[in-house]
Amino acid sequence: MSLSLTVNGTTREVDVDPATPLLWVIRDELRLTGTKFGCGIAQCGACTVMVNGQPTRSCVTPVDTVTGTNITTIEAVEGPEAEAVQAAWVELNVPQCGYCQSGQVVSATALLQAIPKPTDQEIDDAMAGNVCRCATYARIRSAIRQASDTLEG
Amino acid sequence: MTLIKPTRRAFLASTAGLVIAVALPQARRAAAQAQGEQNFAPDAFIRIAPDNTVTVLIKHLEMGQGANTGLASVVAEELDADWAQMRAESAPANTALYTNFAFGIQGVGGSTGMANSYMQMRKAGAAARAMLVEAAARDWGVDASAITVEAGTLTGPDGQTGTFGDFAEAALDSEVPADPALKDPSEFKLIGQKLTRLDSPGKTDGTSEFTIDIYLDGMETVAVLHPPKFGATVASVNDAAALEVPGVTRVAQIPTGVAVYGTNTYAAFQGRDALEVEWDESGAETRSSAEMAQVWAEAARGEAREVEASGDIKAAFADAATTHEAEFVFPFLAHAPLEPLDGVIQLGDGEAEVWMGSQLQTVDHGTLAGVLQIDQANVALNTMYAGGSFGRRATPASHFAAELANVASAAGPGAYKLLWTRENDIRGGYYRPLTVHHLRGALDADGKITGWQNTIANQSIIAGSPFEQMMQDGLDPTSYEGSTNMPYDWPAHRVSWARMESGVPVLWWRAVGHTHTAYSTETFLDELLEMGGQDQVQGRLDLISAEAGRDRAVLERVADMAGWSGPGTGDRRMGVALHESFGSYVAMIAEVEDRDGHPFTTKVWCAVDCGFAVNPDVVISQMEGGIGFGLGTTLYNEITIEQGGRVRQSNFDQYRMIRIYDMPQIEVAIVNSQNDPSGVGEPGVPPIAPAMANAWRSLTGATPRRLPLQDAGV
Ligand code: FES
Ligand code: FES
Repeated sequence: MSLSLTVNGTTREVDVDPATPLLWVIRDELRLTGTKFGCGIAQCGACTVMVNGQPTRSCVTPVDTVTGTNITTIEAVEGPEAEAVQAAWVELNVPQCGYCQSGQVVSATALLQAIPKPTDQEIDDAMAGNVCRCATYARIRSAIRQASDTLEG
Repeated sequence: MTLIKPTRRAFLASTAGLVIAVALPQARRAAAQAQGEQNFAPDAFIRIAPDNTVTVLIKHLEMGQGANTGLASVVAEELDADWAQMRAESAPANTALYTNFAFGIQGVGGSTGMANSYMQMRKAGAAARAMLVEAAARDWGVDASAITVEAGTLTGPDGQTGTFGDFAEAALDSEVPADPALKDPSEFKLIGQKLTRLDSPGKTDGTSEFTIDIYLDGMETVAVLHPPKFGATVASVNDAAALEVPGVTRVAQIPTGVAVYGTNTYAAFQGRDALEVEWDESGAETRSSAEMAQVWAEAARGEAREVEASGDIKAAFADAATTHEAEFVFPFLAHAPLEPLDGVIQLGDGEAEVWMGSQLQTVDHGTLAGVLQIDQANVALNTMYAGGSFGRRATPASHFAAELANVASAAGPGAYKLLWTRENDIRGGYYRPLTVHHLRGALDADGKITGWQNTIANQSIIAGSPFEQMMQDGLDPTSYEGSTNMPYDWPAHRVSWARMESGVPVLWWRAVGHTHTAYSTETFLDELLEMGGQDQVQGRLDLISAEAGRDRAVLERVADMAGWSGPGTGDRRMGVALHESFGSYVAMIAEVEDRDGHPFTTKVWCAVDCGFAVNPDVVISQMEGGIGFGLGTTLYNEITIEQGGRVRQSNFDQYRMIRIYDMPQIEVAIVNSQNDPSGVGEPGVPPIAPAMANAWRSLTGATPRRLPLQDAGV
């Protein structure tokens, strides 16, 4: 079935089963591979994308529920928050294996877009859905704080 | 993992000369090869391109441990390169060129990556530098000794300057120095400094390519259904419903189960769910893990094979004023790397190309060729970034490579991506072995420890595997490593091992035997010290033998960092642990509080001596990650095998991962003993569990004897 999907500012027709999780449409059809598969049941956050600015687990989001929305993947997160987050991530050497980090960056960017100066509790709450098996959490926290500081200045 | 070291010398001796490649435009390289310019084995370790980039080919899998950054920084140091011009690339599978000297094959594990490459990469960098200098000397008509190199720029005596790229081609005509001069460590500019990881930008903007990200023309995605019990096999398959799923192209029975091929991932997954399979369970392991734990415990209480002993252990217990005894049960554990196991294969006629996060390339390469029945020379194996491993991608049985090859063979020429789901992973076996320890301690009237006895029961990881030759006189050191060679001097001690058998495949899991031995030894010792009225830090220092200076130094350092003055008396208590693994010495103090009956670790201090710290920031990040990994496991993780043989857990909803809110604050100090670099990927894991448990005992009066804590009713 043909559906119309707006991803990273471009609207495209995709011919898929409407129940297909958004994750597999993004990856298999659109070949945007920054968004990852870790669990398939909304437990790990590796598949996080923004749907109308909201961090969303694409692995459990049927594609036909997001037609008409604006979907943003790691490939196109942009703006001052995204830049600050990615700069802090690189400067603090956050990634280890890196597999979770697209999802972490999308969640962190969405957090700072909503709350430019989050408390430690707000950071923990916003990032609670993103598992890092390499446990880079200490640096994720530091990088979000650093990004938040640079945004202020 | 611990692998035999005796072969190391043999391999070093047999490693002929150094091979360096200086990149050339393809045509010229081919011409150079055709002309038999033997000195340049293209693509061995270093490629310097005319665009002035320096690419280091990394022979070890990058799975997060920082191999790319680490090895590239060592090359850059001796080359006097600018860090910004450095790149890293995974080396192809080629045992002759990329052997890990610790194993004699291409592969990485046991935190050996830096240790075995440090000198090799330094020499490669120094040789390349000498060749560039020689090329510049020829071009400028000056003496090579008059040329200096700094941050990627060559400078001649009359102010001539050039980049590496300028001389990349001319350097081809330089002699490869057999024994290039190396820097004195005091001259290091990059080694020992914090550097930006080479893989950070791509892993932050989503452009880094993992195996799962490969899409080939016409590629089918393949999902597999494995038997529900270890040792079961397919009896019959009804694939009618699966074949009706739109996008499913075929179903094939393979030795490990049933494979479903689809034009996209969702189709393959849906097709797999629609399979109806009857299993032959006649050869299956049907015992529950609880039942096995009982059998293991009985063995640990009985006589077992002695692996290390000193003094008169019988007398120590006969003469003891007090004795103490404890039994510990450690569960099966899944590695659960965040990228599930996956591989891509392009099968042609008599040739194949494979992409996967292979940690033991030599073994996987041979397996692929064997199963495909294609000459190994015609099978190319490309190593991709791995989304974590923790030992999971280093399977001596090479079962994943074999399954990938079988998936391709069953379907014939074409491109296939085999993608495990999380359920395949959690239920797929190759676990950290279920282990039971039985410890006994003897104290004299003064509270001094006079006898120490530890009996360990578990399955052998290496017995029956292609690494079987690592067994030492029937003993598998990976089963009990860390319970032997302890830094403490006891008047008498005895460590024994009982080898258990089950149908559950087991594997090394980040820090291997140390994952359980550090816990039992460091919590039991803590209890004995308390019984003897001794302080847990000073008591350890008093026991540490004269030879164990590195253990002493990290323990003293961590006590200092935490301001240790005993476990404390308030709501937050401290616990300490000390453990050496893979040649690195780590001491930790954890500060823990009781949150609604559960331990919450607020802060961890960590002192590590990993010899000379090549990349200090990588060392710190590996300690941080090791602490989080160890803590989450201790709190939440176990694989439970139900009565009948099914695995209870299947995904992260039941196999719970540590999350950001569980993470303590961490402070790491590197104690530089100036010894040769040793590994850091694993040694951060073992001490955190006992440090946390010791603090928890101070709060509650009891050491959790059965992990995880959540299972122990904590
Ligand atoms: S893959 Fe979507 S949350 Fe794990
Ligand atoms: S960096 Fe490996 S899972 Fe997060």
